[in-house]
Amino acid sequence: MKNYFKLTFLGILPNVTFARGCVVSFLMDLDLNLTYVNEIKTIVSEAVTNAVVHGYENREPGDVILEVYLEDDVMKIVVEDFGVGIEDVQKAREPLFTTKLQEDRAGLGFTIMDIFSDELDVESTVGKGTKVLITKFLKFNKRDE
Amino acid sequence: MTLNVQMFIKKYILYCRLDGELDQHTVESLRIRVTELIDKYSIQYLVLNFKNLTFMDSSGVGFIIGRFNRLKQKKGQIILCSLNDNIKRIVYLSGLNKICIIKNTEEEVNNYLGVA
Repeated sequence: MKNYFKLTFLGILPNVTFARGCVVSFLMDLDLNLTYVNEIKTIVSEAVTNAVVHGYENREPGDVILEVYLEDDVMKIVVEDFGVGIEDVQKAREPLFTTKLQEDRAGLGFTIMDIFSDELDVESTVGKGTKVLITKFLKFNKRDE
Repeated sequence: MTLNVQMFIKKYILYCRLDGELDQHTVESLRIRVTELIDKYSIQYLVLNFKNLTFMDSSGVGFIIGRFNRLKQKKGQIILCSLNDNIKRIVYLSGLNKICIIKNTEEEVNNYLGVA
């Protein structure tokens, strides 16, 4: 089975909820275990939040692109922004690392994405933007033969 | 809004019953209201009832850690109750279980706080 969607939206916080809703709707038809659905929902929420809160911090919000590809039991999720970029990706991925301590950010976004996904890649260029690529292997509930 | 919150105060305890999804978008107004009430009414214990909360990501974790730091100065505590499996997972992955008290129901919370 093959399916995908690609969505461009403005990088503002209400669209985090919107992006999560889209991915859940997309998954609805696939007989997926609810744990997987929730993991994917959380991954999208964390990645899109990062794009909005960090990517477009202190600047005019721009595009966020969310792409979800499904081929058989492999799902790929791509979240891309064209904002500030990450200076030190490795450091940003460390648990509890946050640039916004005063604002009650837990610094766990990447950690949770890491745990809930099978592969996580981050491509970032300062001043150009950030692209987060996630791979997740799915197990479907047994369908009636 | 995708989060509704019912709040009430008993003595020095602030109860928040959350209904919906807690993310970076919905956490902002919650943070403002809770912080205001904690200061205004000398709140020492914050009870977060997650019975009708269907989703929480690391934004919610950040909110709880922030309130924890504030209440710790008053020797207070945060008590979480009625967590569904998905939220329980986030709570344990993030280590919130080490800084918060976790109870099954609001009734258990009241027994724990001696305000039943």
